[in-house]
Order: sequence, then C-alpha cells, then structure tokens
Amino acid sequence: MSTDIAANDSIGEINKYDFRTESKAVFKARKGVDAEIVNQISEMKNEPEWMRDYRLKALEIFNSKPMPSWGGDIDIDFQDIYYYLKPTDKQGRTWDEVPQEIKDTFDKLGIPEAEKKFLSGVKAQFESEVVYGSLKQDLSDQGVIFTDTDSAVREHPDLLREYFGTIIPSTDNKFAALNSAVWSGGSFIYVPKGVKIEFPLQAYFRINAENMGQFERTLIIVDEGASIHYVEGCTAPMYSSESLHSAVVEIICKRGSRCRYTTIQNWANNIYNLVTKRAVAYADATMEWVDGNLGSKLTMKYPAVYMMEPGARGEILSIAFATKGQHQDAGAKLVHCAPNTTGQIISKSISKNGGRSSYRGLVKVEKGAKKSKSNVVCDALILDPKSRSDTYPYIEILDQDVSVGHEASVSRIGEEQMFYLMSRGLSEAEASTMIVNGFIEPLVKELPMEYAVEMNRLIQLQMEGSVG
Amino acid sequence: MSHILRIENLHVSVEGKAILRGVNLEMKFGETHALMGPNGSGKSTLGLAIAGHPNYEITEGSITLDGEEITEWEADQRARAGIFMAFQRPVAIPGVKTADFLRHATTNVRRPDRKEGEDLIPMREFRKELKSKMEQLKIDSEFARRYVNDGFSGGEMKRAEILTMAMLSPKFSILDETDSGLDADAVKLASASIAEIGRDKMGLLIITHHDKLLEHNPPQFTHVMLGGRIVETGGSELARELHDHGYERIRKTYPDAEAANQEMLGKEEPATV
Repeated sequence: MSTDIAANDSIGEINKYDFRTESKAVFKARKGVDAEIVNQISEMKNEPEWMRDYRLKALEIFNSKPMPSWGGDIDIDFQDIYYYLKPTDKQGRTWDEVPQEIKDTFDKLGIPEAEKKFLSGVKAQFESEVVYGSLKQDLSDQGVIFTDTDSAVREHPDLLREYFGTIIPSTDNKFAALNSAVWSGGSFIYVPKGVKIEFPLQAYFRINAENMGQFERTLIIVDEGASIHYVEGCTAPMYSSESLHSAVVEIICKRGSRCRYTTIQNWANNIYNLVTKRAVAYADATMEWVDGNLGSKLTMKYPAVYMMEPGARGEILSIAFATKGQHQDAGAKLVHCAPNTTGQIISKSISKNGGRSSYRGLVKVEKGAKKSKSNVVCDALILDPKSRSDTYPYIEILDQDVSVGHEASVSRIGEEQMFYLMSRGLSEAEASTMIVNGFIEPLVKELPMEYAVEMNRLIQLQMEGSVG
Repeated sequence: MSHILRIENLHVSVEGKAILRGVNLEMKFGETHALMGPNGSGKSTLGLAIAGHPNYEITEGSITLDGEEITEWEADQRARAGIFMAFQRPVAIPGVKTADFLRHATTNVRRPDRKEGEDLIPMREFRKELKSKMEQLKIDSEFARRYVNDGFSGGEMKRAEILTMAMLSPKFSILDETDSGLDADAVKLASASIAEIGRDKMGLLIITHHDKLLEHNPPQFTHVMLGGRIVETGGSELARELHDHGYERIRKTYPDAEAANQEMLGKEEPATV
C-alpha cells in the first residue's frame, strides 16, 4: 500500500506523472483478447444481453479488419495486453471511499484539489474502472447526468442505447472495433434542454499497471440549447514495454447547443494512443475540440465534427508536441453535411529532439452543403535538424458555392530570435521554451486559466534537457 | 561607480569574411560615446560582437568588462554582466507578451545567478516598476500586453528597446541607429528618453548617422569608423562636422580604410539584427 516515485531515466529527474502505485486489483483478466475475455468482461459488469452481443460482434469486426495502412508504425502484440483490470469493488462518492493508494495517486495528480476549486464534477478512472465520481448537487437537481458509462448501461438504458455506437459504429475502424468489444469505464453525460453548465466537468484517466490497455467509452448528449465544457486528462507511468490506450468518444450536440471538449494528455512515451473521437452538430449548434497531445509513443487521433444541419459550427484546435521516440499523427476532420455550416481547424505542432509530428486532416463538403465555409491553418515548429514535420491535408468538395481555405507554415526556431532573447539575459533553454510557448499561445489562451497553466508546465517539462 | 568596457584590437568575421580589422575602444561608466561612419563600415558589427551574437566570430583581440575577459561569453552571460544593445531591427517573438518577456529578462539581469525555474520578480512589484517606466517614456500601457515586437511600427520598436534598456539598467548600452526610420518628432522623443534613462547612469555607445539623436546626449567622444577600424576619435564637434559635411574628409584622409570599406560594401551585407 504505497506509492513510489520512480526516477525517470530518460530525463534523469523526477517527473510528476511518472510514479507507480502498488495497488492490488480486485480482478484481473488474463492477457489477450478473445470471446472468452469479452464474455468475462460483460459478465463482471453484469450487462444486459444486447451489450454482450454488441461486444462479441465488435470482436469479430476487430479480428477481420486489417491494421490501418497509413499513419504511424504500430507494432502491438494484441495478445500481450491486459484488457480488463478492476482496481476496486465499488466507486467512491467521496474521496474517503476510494482505496487509499488510489486516492493518493489522484492527490498527486492534483484532482481533488482542482475539484474543490473550479470543477462542476469529476470522474476518475484507474485502469479499467471509474473509481470516483462526483457532480454538484444543483446540476443533478436540474437533471444533468454525469456517470460512468458502465453505470449508464444499467441506470439509463434507454437513453444510452438510443445513441451508443450511432456516431462511431464498430465497423468504423479496427481500434473502434476493439474498443467496442472490450470497452470499460468512460463518461456518460446528458445535459437537459437549456441547462448551461458553468464550470467544467472533468474526467481523469490513469493507466497504472504494466501492459495494461485502457479502453474507455464516452458518450455525451447535449440537448437543445444546453452547454457544457468537458475536460479530460490522461497520464501513465513509464514502463519498459508498450501499453495501449484506445478510447471511443461520441458526442451529440442538438439544436442550438454548445459543447467544448478539451483534452490535455501527457502519456508516458511507450503508450500507443489510438483514439476515435467524433461529434455531430445539429442546427446552430457549436462543437469545439481542444486537443493537446503530449507524450505517447504514437498518437493517431483526428477529432471530427459532422455538421448535420444549417448553422452548425465545428471548431478544432489541436496542439501536438513530439520529442525523442514519439510520433504525433494528429489532426482533425470537418464534414459539412448541410448548407451554411462553418468549420475551422487550427493545428500547431512542435517537433524536437528527433520527434515527428504530422498534421492529417480532412475537410469534406457534401453535396447540398452550399454556402458552407471552412478554414484550416496549420503551423509547425521544428526545433532542431533531427526532427520532422509533415502535413497531409485532404479536401473533398462535392458542391459549389462554398469557401474552403488552407494555410500551412513550417518554421524553425530562428537564430535571431534566440540571440534576441539571450541578449536580454535569458538562458538558451529559457529562450527556446519562451519561443515555443509563444508559438502555442493562440491555443493556450483558449483554455481556462488552470489548464493553460498546466499546459505551459507540460511544455516546460518537454523542453527541459532539450538544449545541450 | 566605475566600470570599464575595453575593446582591444578586435577582429571579427562573419561567415568567414573579415569585417572588423582591429578595433580599439575604451568606455567608462557614465560616458557618452558616438560611433559614426558610412554604411558598411562595421558599426553594427562592433555592437553585435560586443553583445555576443554567435555568428560574429572574434578571430583576434579581446573584450573586457571591468578587467574580466568576456570575449568567449554567451550573449546571456554578457547581458547578465551588464551589456545591452538596442537593435536596429529587433525581431518579433509572436505569442510572447512584452511584459512576460521583460519580467524574465529583468529578473535574470538583476539576479545573474538565478537558475532556470527559480522564482521571478514578484508580479506586483514588477508591474509597478514597468508601469512607472512606461509612463516616464510616454508609452501606452496597452503595450505590455502586446507580443514582443510583433506588428510594431518602427517607432514602437525603438521605444520598446529603450523601455527594455530602462528595465535592465545595464552598465553599458549600445544603441544601434535608434533614430533610423523615425520621423523628426519620434527622434526627438527617443533622444530625450535615452538621455533620461541612460545619461550618467551607464556608458552609452550611440551608433548614428545624424546628430539629432545626440541633441540631448552630447558625446564626450566621437569615433569614426571606416573599413572596419576606428580611424579618428574626437569630441562632440567631430559629430557635428560629420553631420554637416559628411565623410569626404575622412575618406580622403584614410585611403587604406576607404579601400577596405569599398571592398566590404562590394560583398553581401552581413545579416543584422
């Protein structure tokens, strides 16, 4: 029952996120994925028949689909991963009800403190299960639902079943299929008509065990005229072998609603982070993805907005930071399915110390989506000659009278900028950190203050030891 | 206070091309020196070499500050030791607020031993000081929130440089054509600001083509540069003479230096900051 802080060899200093918790699982399925494991997970969760069938069908799809032929190099032995680990018997409603060592973990990550200060509700997931959940009383009084997706299957079966898997079907891609087969945890949120949630709801996903796969499933339904800001954070300690995080996030923004989904993830750099995120926005609704990708070995993630009815807006802000041994293949997808819809993608990527970042994005204007507007801006900053940046913009326009713009820039940290800052007394490391922070500032200023501070801190951490 | 900046037999090359060919110059704290000379004579190069630009390679000679040799020091070390240069064309750092940049710079220069990550000057204290300096220099308070030199007009850039000088209060300041690209009123304001901030409070090396900048800053010494060397040194009357009559007399008196100057002009101009 202790938490050890492990020294991070690659940096040679203590990384705040790199610690392992000695935690005794209540149940741990054997390694590998097959029908037996899927049945076992479903049984453990006491699921209705339809969900078990859904999982088994998804497993077949997973087995039949080839690996993606594009993106990064994926070298995963799917039979060498644990797919389900139940850390505790029940979910805490107060932190005191959470097993001490797990509570300590989240204490270190600053979650209970943030909850007290500025959050409307929190979900904390440890390995496969949500171990803590809270929601402000006034919000539950207004009919807001914020629960883990497992509980939603039992407690809100009709609402969940109406939308589950409708935005991202199991057939979408190999990893969506895998998630659909073995999913566990994640958030289920329903915001009733007209309810505007002022402070963010936050979920925190922590992988702790070695070779652990995390497959949370999130479903957010924002009813007409409602609004929500959902924030997720993700971390894991460093192990010598790879782990997999493969989530599916589906969002429905009904007429006139607004949803902002902010991700700040800082995975250890042996995690494959292969995530499918997609939202549909109906008339006059606005969906915004703010996606901060730090860490991981390989991230492939392209949050999407399908604008289904006139007046819908989709905005995606993406930050990717790739350093040694990392490939961030990140981007965005905007699909204009109706006239007068507006989309925007802003992507900023930083590559350093041999890291590789790619922007991969799609803007598609369907037939009939007249007078739609989309704009894409992607800027890449490369810090040294060892590092790499690529841009893969795809544009498909099937109608006329639309406006689609694309600008891309690649820059290297200029000698003159470095000299200027150093001639004012900044060290080489401070100067390059300042230039990088300036580069992502247009995105960071979109974040609530607390997250902006965290983002800058993470960048600082990535920059440390970068000069030598 | 007595501080001395001494440049001895300084030879500087940029991308393998010799620009400075043996410069000697000594400045004391509190003195004002004017550095004049035709285009391409090496004035900015001298400034950048003193400030520690990595592309300006010192091939011979030395720079010492209060007896300590700083020839091999990095630019940040020199800044922390009290060397400052106001650039002719300062670069933009998009996304970095002027106030944040200045707070960092000011902290480092005042606490030369500060390690990365250690606390900066307390925000409240810093803001107060910055605000008063900005008022003194008639700079709009909105300035502090703008990104460093990003989208600044010529006049704004120069004022930002003077503001930085005011915050860092260096021992020695090199002002590289702080009057270039400014209209008459702006030059007047810059001149008065330099006098207010710098006169008697540091050693000033004012690089200029005109005497307007010197109006409020009459130099005790005027140096004329030609072909990468200081060929003549005089008092403030020399600055006036050069302003009124140009460099004809100098070019004729020092034909070797003039030949070197023509040769350098024929080459590609070195990158300036």
